[in-house]
Amino acid sequence: MLIQAIAFYGFAGIAIAAAFMVIASRNPVHSVLFLILTFFSAAGLFVLLGAEFVAMILIVVYVGAVAVLFLFVVMMLDINFTELRQGFLQYLPIGATIGLILLVELLLVLGVWVTAPDVDAIVAAPTPALSVAHNTKALGLLIYTKYVYLFQASGMVLLVAMIGAIVLTLRKREGVRRQDISRQVARTPETGMAVVQVASGQGLVGAEYYVGPSARDNAIHQKAGE
Amino acid sequence: MEQNTTPDSLGHYGYQLVIMVAQSLAVIVPVLVSLAFILYADRKIWAAVMLRKGPNVVGPFGLFQSFADFIKFVFKEMIVPAGSNKVVFFLAPMISFVTAVGAWAVVPFNPHWVVADINVGILYLFAVSSLGVYGIIMAGWASNSKYPFLGGLRSAAQMVSYEVSIGLVLVAVLLCVGSLNISDIVYAQEKMGVWFIIPHFPMFVIFFVSALAETNRPPFDLPEAESELVAGHMVEYSSTAYLLFMIGEYFAIVLMCVMMSILFLGGWLPPLKIMPFTLIPGPLWLIGKALFIFFLFAMVKAMVPRYRYDQLMRLGWKVFLPFSLFWVVLTAGVLTAFDLAPK
Amino acid sequence: MDELLREYMPILVFLAIAVALGAGFLIAALVAAPSAPDAEKNSAYECGFGAFDDARRQFDVRFYLVSILFIIFDLEVAFCFPWAVALGQIGVFGFWSMTVFLGVLTVGFIYEWKNGALEWE
Repeated sequence: MLIQAIAFYGFAGIAIAAAFMVIASRNPVHSVLFLILTFFSAAGLFVLLGAEFVAMILIVVYVGAVAVLFLFVVMMLDINFTELRQGFLQYLPIGATIGLILLVELLLVLGVWVTAPDVDAIVAAPTPALSVAHNTKALGLLIYTKYVYLFQASGMVLLVAMIGAIVLTLRKREGVRRQDISRQVARTPETGMAVVQVASGQGLVGAEYYVGPSARDNAIHQKAGE
Repeated sequence: MEQNTTPDSLGHYGYQLVIMVAQSLAVIVPVLVSLAFILYADRKIWAAVMLRKGPNVVGPFGLFQSFADFIKFVFKEMIVPAGSNKVVFFLAPMISFVTAVGAWAVVPFNPHWVVADINVGILYLFAVSSLGVYGIIMAGWASNSKYPFLGGLRSAAQMVSYEVSIGLVLVAVLLCVGSLNISDIVYAQEKMGVWFIIPHFPMFVIFFVSALAETNRPPFDLPEAESELVAGHMVEYSSTAYLLFMIGEYFAIVLMCVMMSILFLGGWLPPLKIMPFTLIPGPLWLIGKALFIFFLFAMVKAMVPRYRYDQLMRLGWKVFLPFSLFWVVLTAGVLTAFDLAPK
Repeated sequence: MDELLREYMPILVFLAIAVALGAGFLIAALVAAPSAPDAEKNSAYECGFGAFDDARRQFDVRFYLVSILFIIFDLEVAFCFPWAVALGQIGVFGFWSMTVFLGVLTVGFIYEWKNGALEWE
């Protein structure tokens, strides 16, 4: 199919070029923007494969959420990236080792397609047309029943991520006045104000009227009780 | 579209391409033109609430005000701040505009009246609306000025917070539909014989408020709160770059109105399947419902004071999120218990 | 696969038209509008002061926390979509499977709430 071939090479070419620009561009913000372009092209490739649900989730989660966090970090952390770049040669051995391991792993993944015992059956299994089985529904039928343990495990992973994020980033500031809406709503004219008889020429005696709202309320209650 | 017989003939593809372009233009152009009048209506309603006259000079009753504004924008000088990042500076309004317009590709106006009838239409809308935040963050950062920066930051956190509850509202509705196709949502309401606003009324309220927050409409217009941030992320923009932000914003607002009509008010369905109602064609029902919701948006803008930022975050995370989560579980529970879930 | 093209090509075309329209607006102003830049006009807006300092600076870590929490809840919503579509067929087991998943995340949510991660000051 001509159009499909054009679309595939277009998306794949853009994905590779953008991925290259992620590591090549000097400005870290541009790097993140190229990363987003890479995600988009990958989503296009998923659509071409017929995996429309995965394509949309890739955009919702990676572009709509993860890349926003990345942008936040590089825009607002104000890291001096030229300084970070100084250590490039120093970290080269470690980086090269990790890259090599990743490459070997990728090759192993590809190798499985050749060496796995029942590979012929898997390769030959046709993907049903979209009109026959919507892949969102097909996923739904499997994730929550057949793969229920993995599904719950992913829930645990999310829980750990949530708690980890809070433990790492939460800083409590002291001396901040927070709004307590239930207390505001619970205030009535009786607790909020008091009519005081002031003897002429005396003024208000005693400083307890001037020491903050809650203390004043107490003071007024005391006065009223007398 | 008819079934494809000679798939590899170039002429065939050319013909299909022309149809696609025509269909796209048939959506974009009328929406764009009606936006001009919706903007005018917004200002008129706002003025009427405040006992002012509103725009009344250009054309009869000021009807052509928006077109005059448009021409003015095109002839205004484009100012690019010296310290800004030029590429990102112009990319930001483009992204705002394209994402807001692009979402319209999957909106159905009548049975089969839709540009792209994809299986995951709702997810596409959810994805595209989650991209709108980029325009604002990038504008805030690229301007290299303090007000846009603060506005962009605020807005990003705000939009992100309300997106979760929008997602959960969608899930609650989809539970009753059993498909991610947008037209199927309307068919499901037709089959049930009742619009989703009746069983899902609390979700309608949450979606309405979240839509206000997601589109930065008052009372949640904190990114551009003019008394504190001048105009937020748009401070440094002028001419058509500013225009793109503004049109994009209104595209998104009207899209939200249409979405609410489809999700909760039965889309193109008439309220009752009896004589006087069925005479009016479906698209008119959809437009009428969307305009009614836009009227509500405009009234909210005119009457409700602006939220404070901590109140806004509290509402999103501590009220809407837990409640919509509860509602999703409740809906699913009821559907499962009585075996009502669509197969 | 032709079906896919038929469904998704219109979106590409639609987006292309939107891009063309947006670019058209920008170019129209560049062509039609006057351009007389000067140093004062092009400086960053700051209520009449000359801008001091770079605007890009470090920011409250709370914003990162919000966006991390958003990622987690966004994933939760993403998990809900296939479930909502398939609920009629996976029945009671599917319902409880998701309820346990949401319950686990609710524990995390309560933890956040109690820790004040959702407070904004």
